Amino acid sequence: MKREVTLQVNGEPYTIIVDTRETLLDALRYRLGFMGPKEGCGNGNCGSCTVTLNGAIVDSCLVFAVEADGAEVTTVEGLAVNGQLHPLQRAFIETGALQCGFCTPGFIMSAKALLERNPHPTEQEIRLALSGNLCRCTGYDKIVRAVMAASEALARAA
Amino acid sequence: MELQEHKFKVIGTRPIRHDGVDKVTGRAKYGADISLPGMLHAKVLRSPHAHARIKSIDVSAALALPGVKAVITGKDLPELPPGSQQMGELVVNPRYLSMNIMARDKVLYDGHAVAAVAATSPHIAEEALKLIKVEYEILPPVLDVRKAMQDDAPILLPELRTSGTPEKSDKPTNIASQVRFARGDLEAGFRAADVIVEREFTTSMVHQGYIEPHNAVAQYNADGHGTIWVSTQGPFSVRELCSHILQMPLGNIKVVPAEIGGGFGGKTTVYLEPLALLLAKKTGRPVKMVMSRAEVLRATGPTSGSYIRCKMGATKEGKITAAQVWMAYEAGAFPGSPVGAGCMTILAPYALENLQIDGFDVVLNKPKTCAYRAPGATNAAFAAETVIDELAEKLGIDPLEFRRRNGAKEGTAQPAGPQFRRIGYIETVEAIMNSEHYRSPLPHVPGKLVGRGVASGFWFNAGFQSTAIVSINSDGTANVVTGSPDIGGTRAACAMIAAEVLGLKAEEVNPVVTDTESIGHTDVTGGSRVTFATGYAVYEAAQDAVRQLKERAATIWKVKPEDVVYQDGVVSCVNNGHEPMTLKQLAGRLARAGGPVTGRAAVNPRGVGPGFATHVVDIAVDPETGKVDILRYTAAQDVGKAVHPSYVEGQIQGGVAQGIGWALNEEYYYDENGIMRNTGFLDYRIPTCLDLPMIETILVEVPNPGHPLGIRGVGEVPIVPPPAAIANALYRAIGVRMTELPMSPAKVAKAVLEKNKAPQ
Amino acid sequence: MHAITYEAPKSLEHALRLLAAAGEKGRVLAGGTDLLIQMRAGVRTPERLIDAKTIPELQVLSFSPHEGLRLGAAVPCYRIVEDPVLCQHYPGLVEAAGLIGSVQIKNRCTVGGNLCNGSPAADTTPALIALGAVCYVASPRGTRTVAVEDFVVSPGRTVLQPDEVLVEFRIPAPPPHTADCYQRFIPRNEMDIAVVGVGAAVTLDGEVCTAARIGLGAVAPTPLFAREASASLVGKPLDDEAIATAAELAQKIARPITDMRGTAEYRLHLVGVLTRRVLKVAAERARAR
Repeated sequence: MKREVTLQVNGEPYTIIVDTRETLLDALRYRLGFMGPKEGCGNGNCGSCTVTLNGAIVDSCLVFAVEADGAEVTTVEGLAVNGQLHPLQRAFIETGALQCGFCTPGFIMSAKALLERNPHPTEQEIRLALSGNLCRCTGYDKIVRAVMAASEALARAA
Repeated sequence: MELQEHKFKVIGTRPIRHDGVDKVTGRAKYGADISLPGMLHAKVLRSPHAHARIKSIDVSAALALPGVKAVITGKDLPELPPGSQQMGELVVNPRYLSMNIMARDKVLYDGHAVAAVAATSPHIAEEALKLIKVEYEILPPVLDVRKAMQDDAPILLPELRTSGTPEKSDKPTNIASQVRFARGDLEAGFRAADVIVEREFTTSMVHQGYIEPHNAVAQYNADGHGTIWVSTQGPFSVRELCSHILQMPLGNIKVVPAEIGGGFGGKTTVYLEPLALLLAKKTGRPVKMVMSRAEVLRATGPTSGSYIRCKMGATKEGKITAAQVWMAYEAGAFPGSPVGAGCMTILAPYALENLQIDGFDVVLNKPKTCAYRAPGATNAAFAAETVIDELAEKLGIDPLEFRRRNGAKEGTAQPAGPQFRRIGYIETVEAIMNSEHYRSPLPHVPGKLVGRGVASGFWFNAGFQSTAIVSINSDGTANVVTGSPDIGGTRAACAMIAAEVLGLKAEEVNPVVTDTESIGHTDVTGGSRVTFATGYAVYEAAQDAVRQLKERAATIWKVKPEDVVYQDGVVSCVNNGHEPMTLKQLAGRLARAGGPVTGRAAVNPRGVGPGFATHVVDIAVDPETGKVDILRYTAAQDVGKAVHPSYVEGQIQGGVAQGIGWALNEEYYYDENGIMRNTGFLDYRIPTCLDLPMIETILVEVPNPGHPLGIRGVGEVPIVPPPAAIANALYRAIGVRMTELPMSPAKVAKAVLEKNKAPQ
Repeated sequence: MHAITYEAPKSLEHALRLLAAAGEKGRVLAGGTDLLIQMRAGVRTPERLIDAKTIPELQVLSFSPHEGLRLGAAVPCYRIVEDPVLCQHYPGLVEAAGLIGSVQIKNRCTVGGNLCNGSPAADTTPALIALGAVCYVASPRGTRTVAVEDFVVSPGRTVLQPDEVLVEFRIPAPPPHTADCYQRFIPRNEMDIAVVGVGAAVTLDGEVCTAARIGLGAVAPTPLFAREASASLVGKPLDDEAIATAAELAQKIARPITDMRGTAEYRLHLVGVLTRRVLKVAAERARAR
């Protein structure tokens, strides 16, 4: 079964034809070419597919593409503005918060959602906010530090 | 050109990694991100039984489904002769490998591949799988390593005979091989002991747990050449293994390594690659295969569960007099557990005169194991480091002091024989002894039992073959090309090594990981070898470039090359008279001075520097639920020379996190029929962000005498100590020695209950 | 995944018509955080999905001291967690909704979906049982009510007929000196399914308990209302002895299984531990009101 879906991704409008059983993740990746969101588990456990759907982060592997009709979606590709990295992106590379990089887009999306709601989170608040994202390389240490660093950078910029 | 450590300008700094921006913006291309025009999607049908004979497979209904382009089964793969060969860190048996990626007459574990379908969409391929009719004759499975060794156990591989036995037997068996290391007089050693501790340990099969599932995209051309794009640790291994399995000439296969989303040893072999290439050949179209998480867990390389018996004796003065170990490792469905490495690592941190270690490689109805970060060493250290802790406790000696008294140093003979060169084991013990963590009191946590534990670990690290090319660009920057996929920041390390030699900034060097046709043979990213061995090749290639640059300057200045000096990116002439040239100036003149400069090196370095680590952990235990919280963790490790300290710390922190997961919650959970019940990240419980504290690291730098820059491998040894360290902390907290991994809440709660029930 | 159709009705009446037309092949899709996984694994194979998120009647979230709480079945859990009124009156329900998964999951998953999924381990169900929540179920035949503890009939199966929709929960306003609490045990600190979950609500008159309800999760084929354990507390001061007795009675009705999340023996042990813990917290909260 095919359906037409109209949505905004990173501020740009798109209309695509999707299979009704297709996930938002697959539509973003294979219909629209946004390869930042990744599929690590397909079950909403690893958070590698995290995107913003109408302002709230979701696991895009657990959303049917048809459910996103009329929605606004942000992927990691939408974070850098005019070639300038988002402070979180900068903090991740400056603190060495990634090794293989596969989980990184999901972590950055979750961290961004946290900092928008809570600009000065404690370590425990960061850990809680990121607990829907799995990383197997870093032990999370430098990821948590990167979010702290980005929080400070955002405060300085404000 | 000699580099002096105190003069390092780039090595030891923390530049931004070269692939960083790609990875934070979603641009980095992993295997599953690759699409080709006309591409088909293939899926694998997997066995629902742990052990069964395949009586028949009927694929006709699947083939008839619109959109299905090809179906393959075991019959489509060539039969291969028996026999093994060494490939880098792994011993590989192509026949068994082929039988593992596609079952022939028998399925040997839940998830064993039985058929594969290529179709125009992944959904159609999946629906076609349901239409394949497989008739099985179910056989009894064997899931426990000790049961698998018994005479009456169900036999997995009828042709298997034990290798390494003193006498040849022609009896079918599940024991693939046995190995013994022995020296000294064991009985005399135990007689000399004032205290003897003997315990049995079991550990569960655990998975590497990389977040990126296996993938492969293959294309086959009418001229018999094939290309595979894949997230792999070893593009050259993939080429070689596919060549064996499909009986294709090696030179007809090109493997292009995509970015890789974690491997930890698990992506050093093949699962999908030969199937994708075979389906591409059958259909004439590109074929993409991506595993689901459940497939990854059910059918790709976990590491061995094990049974280990460990006995050690020591004198009142705290000297270990004898050690005896008996260990059986689960190989999975085909031979090849890391029991040999387990035997060689288990006592390696200690100077021992009398020892005997017996190891057994045992097949059973679980997935074929694959390398996992210091393969075999973590299970082993769990046993040995617990016994060491108990000996120290019984003798009333601080556990670190006990280790220091017995610790291996330069000249100590390893269990397997060879003597250590300069190593930094004792230094790691002392680093923890002197750490703020070890010196500070245990925190009090209301309602919880707290404990502190320590443990050490050893890993050989690997050398093996690497090739590197360093090209000088006309603007004085450089490109570094290697064949080592970058899992954890090795591009940056390679670029930094070249930058150090060339006198450039790290960001003036562009590191590239290329395909099997664009660089010479390079073994897998594994064995903690990339910064050591590929870094060695980069170092040599950069030196080669420097030599050529000096020759070019000599040509320009019309002097002898030996009169030219290259220092910090500037060429100068000892005879003065010539204005020194920066690399940028010289590079701009190369076109008229003999053409471009490209340094090359291919190495197989022998001077591998082993890795040692000592860890300390504080835990809090909920005595009612048995749940363990990690309060604080500090890891000290001899890292030789930390090229990019952030990524060295990252390796340690990541290894510790995996070790903590292994210690507390990770396990392959099978029901009585041998069906895996926890095939997702929901119930295969790797640590989340909330389960770990910050992981403190102490980088001990004892330069490796076998490397021009003192580099040792760093990636693997950090996973070795955590389970033992946590077990030792648990003992301090609850008063019970935990001897079974994982030390899950249920087991801890039971231990506390039983201890409280027992008469005091 | 098999082929499906998808509809996003704009009213309950429209949804009921679609569902009736779909018959056995239809299923309501709420947050999808369980259903999508089950469909991908082939565990559930509905062919016609009807989206609950677009139905206004299922989005109700209101509280009044007279009516109590009206909680629409498709209200995502993040709205519960962030609602100050709910945090004040039903801290146990908020705890359960807050534990249900990651931020990403809580932004999608719903209490209605949690119940309709029929899992014995659903976090919000014991909390709802403790609060005496009632389900309002609509069909072309009208509306009926079902107590939460009677809703699940076996693992994965509920009382819902193919043409019925769970519309909302109604929960009485808490009387004075009443409070609830929910705790679960999981091996990690996030992501896991409850090994055991216990919800409790108590009402105090001075130190004496005048009403109590205990709900148990993951200890039987369906979530349980621990009737006897709850009744044992009434008329007594909520001291350690009364709490211990209730915990033992709760253990008596537990019929746990051994699986990858825990052994039967361990689950039984945890029922006791958690029942004691939630009753203590609920009592403290009630005293503070």
